[in-house]
Amino acid sequence: MSTTAPLLPNGFVVIVKHECATCQMVEPVLAAIAASGAPLTVYTQDNPDFPESVPHTLDSTLAVSWHYDIETVPTLLVIENGVEVGRTFGWSQAEWQRITGIDSLGADLPVTRPGCGSMSVDPDRVDALRAAFTDSPVISRHIEFSSAEDEFEAMYARGWTDGLPVIPPTRERVLRMLTGTTRHPQDIVAIAPPDLVELTVEKIAINAVMAGCLPEYMPWVIAALEAVCNDQFNMHGVLATTMPVGPVIICNGPGTRAIGMNSGINAFGQGNRANNTIGRAVQLTIRNVGGGRPGEVDRATHGNPGKISFCFAEDEENSPFTSLATERGVPPGQNAVTVFAGEGPRCVVDQLARTPEELTESLAACLLTVHHPKLVIGFDAILTLSPDHGRVYAEAGWSREKLLAEITERTLRPGADLVRGAQGMAEGVPPHLRDSTLPKFRAGGLLLTYAGGGAGLFSSIVAGWANGAIGSDPVTRIVGS
Amino acid sequence: MATGLTILDPTSESNPSTRQLLARPDDIKGHTIALLDISKPRGNVFLDRLEELLTERGAKVKRFAKPTFTKPAPVDLRHEIATQCTLVIEALAD
Repeated sequence: MSTTAPLLPNGFVVIVKHECATCQMVEPVLAAIAASGAPLTVYTQDNPDFPESVPHTLDSTLAVSWHYDIETVPTLLVIENGVEVGRTFGWSQAEWQRITGIDSLGADLPVTRPGCGSMSVDPDRVDALRAAFTDSPVISRHIEFSSAEDEFEAMYARGWTDGLPVIPPTRERVLRMLTGTTRHPQDIVAIAPPDLVELTVEKIAINAVMAGCLPEYMPWVIAALEAVCNDQFNMHGVLATTMPVGPVIICNGPGTRAIGMNSGINAFGQGNRANNTIGRAVQLTIRNVGGGRPGEVDRATHGNPGKISFCFAEDEENSPFTSLATERGVPPGQNAVTVFAGEGPRCVVDQLARTPEELTESLAACLLTVHHPKLVIGFDAILTLSPDHGRVYAEAGWSREKLLAEITERTLRPGADLVRGAQGMAEGVPPHLRDSTLPKFRAGGLLLTYAGGGAGLFSSIVAGWANGAIGSDPVTRIVGS
Repeated sequence: MATGLTILDPTSESNPSTRQLLARPDDIKGHTIALLDISKPRGNVFLDRLEELLTERGAKVKRFAKPTFTKPAPVDLRHEIATQCTLVIEALAD
């Protein structure tokens, strides 16, 4: 198939299909144009015998229809010196008369009739046509399965999956995925750990297909990969650690609603395509392009199920607080992702607190247990308030800053309680800190978010990994196009 | 052979080169051995003892440390070890 447009003959060119009632209606019009002696070329999309009354050519591959962007049949084109100089589509008596210069053309027909959809824009055909006719710089190696091979088994056997089935990344599907971004397929987004290979938009699109993404998720997947593939987030270490962490992706901005992300009921869980496939695409890319696989560089003792995908949107519309992205410097109205090296979520139950002070006591007590009640400062955490818990703060007029300050105050601990050996537990902080008062979290180490819903007097904590320069810092990136 | 579905390769399409291990030295006497501490707690305890044992056997020992155990050793550190030492022992701890 050619990726260049076929040359059309000079004169009038009409594209029709037999299935279209308007095309059938204009058949006498085509005959009248031919009878006038004007040069007329008719392309038919479906039936080689239609229209009977004029000579015609079957656009069997739809090359003419695709390359000339025919969206509606009938379409009348005027070609001069091989270049289109006029066009009308559907049936408009006035337009067809004006373009052909034949005053009486179709005088006995209704004044207007809408046309029908061109076969070249049929959703079932458009991906194959794009793949056939687009000169796309997609350069990945083609891998051909034998007819006896089940492609799902074959992809699992080659080690390309996270243990769940993946969508076969055919060229058609990858080209469709690439329509979701304005970036060139060969743009290098990042250097992917652990193998430190150049990660192109094309390779991301292939893995996004496998993960089950829609094209409109591509800018989010790209931004999340930019956010994890750098020294600050330290994806290499997140893989290599024996702790159970993986990239937790928090999405902000109006685009989260545009792509249908879930920030409400079961926001961390199954059932939403965007939430589950964006995170999965990130992890499949790290696995397949970066080479980060469990048992190899990934040395997690237990891991956690969120390492398949852990991605959610904040419920910014209903949140009583400024969003996490705003807090981290993203201008309002911009889409952004924040990545956090985190384990699975745990629930904080408090169904009795009615004042912000009571509820903060509960949250603080539970936050103190992050990783170990006697370990402080070295691990960050995400605290996600539900609507029912958030309401307690909204009604009391507490801001994000007020809540975080109150939690900080309630999570200060005397060093004597935390040193190694204290309370019968060997684990703890070094002995020289015995006389200090220590915060549970470093400054900025508690990320407050708002998601979940309908009912439930619960909040959620996601504990992090070693923080700062020795481990991982959360990273926020603007989502591009 | 009848063919099935054709897909695009999701991997980096690169294979790591396989390197031949150097021959094991007959004797460590006269060798300069790098002890690379990955900076996990108490790694130094293990390496201190190794240093004693290696020095007793006639090796010269140089100590190095990664800035953090969570990240790969920086290129400069790897270069320093490669240019100054003939053998390296990388040590974990906890």
